[in-house]
Amino acid sequence: MHMLEIKDLHVEAGGREILKGLDLTVEEGETIALFGPNGSGKSTLMAAIMGYAYCKVTRGSIFFEGEDITHLPVDERAKMGVGMMMQRPPNVVGVKLGDLIKTIAKDDEEILRQADEFRMDRHLDRDLNVGFSGGEIKRSEILQLTAQNPKLVLLDEPESGVDLESIELIGEKIHDLLYNTELCSRGMSKVNRCVSALVITHTGQILDYIGADKAYIINDGRIRCSGRPTDLLKEIREKGYKECISCRMVKLP
Amino acid sequence: MQNGETSIKKALEKKAAYGPDIDLNKYKVIRDQKVIDKLEDAPKDIKERMESVGITSSKETERDGSIMFIDNKVSHCSNKAPEGVEIMPVKKAMEKYEWLKDYSWKLVSPDKDKYTAKTYEEDADGTFVRVKAGYHVKHPIQACMMLGTEKGMQTLHNIFIIEEGAHAEMISGCTTGSHADDGVHIGVSEIYVKEGAYFSYSMIHNWGPKTSVRPRTGIQMDKNSRLINNYVILNPVATVQSAPAAWLNGEGASCQFNTICLAHPGADIDSGGTIFLNAPGTGAEIVSRSITKGGRMMARGRLVGNAPGVKAHLECKSIVLEDGGQTLAVPELETSFADVDMTHEAAVGKIARDQIEYLMSRGLTEDQAVGMIIRGFLVGGIKGLPQELTDEINDAIEKSDLGH
Repeated sequence: MHMLEIKDLHVEAGGREILKGLDLTVEEGETIALFGPNGSGKSTLMAAIMGYAYCKVTRGSIFFEGEDITHLPVDERAKMGVGMMMQRPPNVVGVKLGDLIKTIAKDDEEILRQADEFRMDRHLDRDLNVGFSGGEIKRSEILQLTAQNPKLVLLDEPESGVDLESIELIGEKIHDLLYNTELCSRGMSKVNRCVSALVITHTGQILDYIGADKAYIINDGRIRCSGRPTDLLKEIREKGYKECISCRMVKLP
Repeated sequence: MQNGETSIKKALEKKAAYGPDIDLNKYKVIRDQKVIDKLEDAPKDIKERMESVGITSSKETERDGSIMFIDNKVSHCSNKAPEGVEIMPVKKAMEKYEWLKDYSWKLVSPDKDKYTAKTYEEDADGTFVRVKAGYHVKHPIQACMMLGTEKGMQTLHNIFIIEEGAHAEMISGCTTGSHADDGVHIGVSEIYVKEGAYFSYSMIHNWGPKTSVRPRTGIQMDKNSRLINNYVILNPVATVQSAPAAWLNGEGASCQFNTICLAHPGADIDSGGTIFLNAPGTGAEIVSRSITKGGRMMARGRLVGNAPGVKAHLECKSIVLEDGGQTLAVPELETSFADVDMTHEAAVGKIARDQIEYLMSRGLTEDQAVGMIIRGFLVGGIKGLPQELTDEINDAIEKSDLGH
């Protein structure tokens, strides 16, 4: 059984078709990097997997651990184990980060204790995302995800808008999230990742910390090429997306 | 009151500037009611209603003073801090202090409208609180105003004096008894905050769905005094029209009106407030947060800068939860001085979908997410809300089934 299986997914957002028949599978413990030019549909894909209302699925389906979640509400997907780190989450005035953590964590005391490791201990009393810097937003998102304990994490540009020092911390914390010991200890070796991830990255920096098993390039709403993350990144850096897309045939693994 | 009694007689027919008109002839003033020596001995149904508006009975020790009116009768009065606080019925205080007449009917005019005229004509009793100069009240003073009789009209006249350098916190809980619903509450309050004094005054309302409420409040503030006035209505009510006025007459005085309202279906809430900044360096803030769930909500606010160097801000924010509700924000700023800093901000709309879904993506149900956002909207960003009041608000939101 796949962790995530997406079949022929068509998604409309803002009155336009963004995803035009996308197929993708993610196995348990697998990390997949997603590359692609701006506007190609990467963030829409994540939003559609999470179930955000602005993404309208017009055709195709999304299966999570074998169950069709295409039309499930956001919270049910979250409860099944889908977690998302948004690139720019909304400000929620009056809702304190610490209160949200208390609501979502199974062991909130433990998570709140960890807040200083995320350098977020002084943000627990602050309104969610209000006035947070780029790095603070990312650290807050990972802290929330850690509280949530997901089986699949959707990471939308985890390193964007973050200074170098923060990238290291963010990278390490995402690494910890993917090597989640509670889930891994269910019969699996601790060295294996058991949390799956999709990660959108332009620079590839985050991959230095979390590694990736595969990479895909998304363009114009479909997956255009696949390969080893380092190879694809090198190719994109040297030739740009256009070259990379045009010279490769659509070939799925 | 130069025109004397004739103008007041005339005013008995005078409709208020805002809010639906109420035919007061349909209601009668009840003067005879039970006396409760100790609040902890109050009947269970009365206790429950008191507690719903922040008036404690079993933990009476956490209050420095308590007074309770059921209809127009003083039912209870106790004082735990006689060294610094005086709390008694206004009529008794008027007998005791000759000087008190200089504080009576000075900030609210009896001929303002039919509600003040009626209260004047009734020679209504009410709460007198005096916090002596320099005294800091340790625990809040509490006043409960209960409408105890169906088709009853409660008229009260309160006078609060916070003397020089004193600090006080007071909670007024306004509610109906378990057998009353259709009724009218009129509360005239005159509040004096003297030089360097601080007064935090919170009113929590829990009326019946057929109750009409007409508070009339005037506040005078001297040099460097500070007042925070919190007005909270989260339960069903028929009509409320309230527009307190504050005169900041002393330099450096600052005043804040916070209103937190939830307009249930059928409710008509007209909540405003005017602050006159009459001295240099005075500051004022009017903050209104409201939600309409099918009811009508008017949020008015007026700031008048009558001196240079004043700073004032007005903020009306409203969420419309369901179609059919109506909300209107009317912010007004007025001055003839160049050197003032006066701003306003108004926003009306629904809860942003992206915020709801963001919280849902952490596993909260839609109801939980909406509830959390509404709690944050109502109490977040308002400075100076006592923790106890915040807890009351959270509790009321929890019970009011806002998610859908």
